[in-house]
Formats: sequence, C-alpha cells, structure tokens
Amino acid sequence: MIQALAFYLFAAIVIVSAALTITSRNPVHAVLWLILAFFNAAGLMVIVGAEFIAMLLVIVYVGAVAVLFLFVVMMLNIDFAELRAGFARYAAIGAVFAVGLAAEIMLAFGAWSAGTIELARRAAPTPTTISNIQALGMVLYTRYLFVFEGAGLVLLVAMIGAIVLTHRERKGARAQNVSRQNARRPQDATRNMQPTVGKGIDL
Amino acid sequence: MIGLGHYLVVGAILFALGVLGIIANRKNLIVMLMAVELILLAVNLNFVAFSGYLHDLVGQVFAMFVLTVAAGEAAIGLAILVIYFRSRGTISVDDANRMQG
Repeated sequence: MIQALAFYLFAAIVIVSAALTITSRNPVHAVLWLILAFFNAAGLMVIVGAEFIAMLLVIVYVGAVAVLFLFVVMMLNIDFAELRAGFARYAAIGAVFAVGLAAEIMLAFGAWSAGTIELARRAAPTPTTISNIQALGMVLYTRYLFVFEGAGLVLLVAMIGAIVLTHRERKGARAQNVSRQNARRPQDATRNMQPTVGKGIDL
Repeated sequence: MIGLGHYLVVGAILFALGVLGIIANRKNLIVMLMAVELILLAVNLNFVAFSGYLHDLVGQVFAMFVLTVAAGEAAIGLAILVIYFRSRGTISVDDANRMQG
C-alpha cells in the first residue's frame, strides 16, 4: 500500500517536472526541474530495489551533470527570449510524434510478457542473501570487467575532449615562463653602484 | 500492486517527453541537451525496472554504463556549445549550417 502510494507520488512528480523542464521559459528553472526529475527517478529506482543505481543517479546527475548545465547557462550571456520563437508551431508537430511514440512503446509492452523461458535464462540472478551494492560489485568486477574499463576509457576521452575543445590561448595573458626564470642569474639582474654622498644614481 | 507495466509506462512517457523537448525546442541547444538527458533517464528507468522485476542484475550493470555515456555526452555537448557560442555569439541551432558547403 505505502509502496504503491510512493510509486504514484514519485511517478507523478517525475513526469510533471520533465514536462516543465522542456517547457519552462527560463533555462535556469529548466535545470532545476531537471534536478527534481532526477531525484524522483532515483526514488522510483529505490522502490524497485536498485539502491546503488539510485544513489549513483543522484551523485552523477544532480552532483555533476546538472551543475555543469547550470554553469554553462549562467556563464554564457544568451538571449533566451528569441530562442523560443516558433515554440508553439514545433510543439504541435512534436506532440504528434511524442504521442505516437509513447503509444507504440506501450503497445510493445502490452504485447510482451515475462514468460517462464525468459526467467529461466537470466544472466545474473539477483542474490537474496547479500546487499544490492555487493551483488552488483560481484558481477561488475568479474564478468563485466572489460566493459567497465571501457566505460572508464569513455570518461577519460570525454574529459580530454572537453578540455581540448574549450581551452584557448589568450593573447594578453601574462603566463609564467619557467625556463627564462631559471636562466636568470644574479650578475645579469643586479649592478653594483657607488654613488657619491648626496647625489643618488641614474637608473 | 505496482507491476512492471507501471514502470514501463512511466519510462515511455518520460521518453516521449524527451523527444517532444528535442522537437519543440528546435532553437535552444541547451534545452535540447537536457531533453537528451531525459531520454537517457527513461532508458535507465526501464533497465532498472526490468532488472528488478526479472530478478536479473545485468540490467543495473548496464544502467551504470548508460549513466557513464550520459555523463560523457553532457560534458562533450556542453563543451561544443561553449565553443559554438564563442565563435557565433548565439546558440540557435538554425544557424548551424556552415558545413552545408
């Protein structure tokens, strides 16, 4: 009973906030709605028993991706009002596509049913004696080890790519020149003067 | 009782909303990227729902990989957006026709 209540609460909020994400005028509000959608999707995943993925969703999406979006929205000085031109026209076309697509997917689910054959051919049955994160680690670090390392490689390439794309050499910037600094000797930089009393020196 | 079908309907609606977001916000690249994130969230929700109701852990493993790709895609997409904005002064997708030749 309480499970059904929590499911309907999370599902309603996730759908409403997803709808507000794509329709809100202010992109900062859109990012905040996106964060709400992620939190409630994590709640849905906790209900189904995938605690680790749910917490990962909160950490990765809310902690990293949404904050990245927020940074970019606030850093760039974009006139968002003009970008909304033609929204209503495109939304009408898009609604036709979206409703058709959702109906198709639900039709496919209606035709599919979890039979006994599928249940007998499970790749990694969920153990009942150990916790979710432990069971996930046992599968992830044995059978899917190479895929896991491939995922790490994907992240590395994404990180290097983002740095290479956005890095730029600025003309007027005064950067430190280490080799010139090290090559500088005291006898080149200083002079010994012997001024007469009361005269001072000309530099 | 909550069944697999409930989760799949939520995932389907979320996916459709993501597609609608891409088509409706044709000019705003940032909201388009957010809609892509919504689509990947729907995929993850389906993976986890199947994993939970079929008692198979592989769905959660692959949800993790989808999460990885989503994070990389967001980083690269926003980096491209930043350099595009630097060179053009706008993020309107309609203006992105320099490569048409």
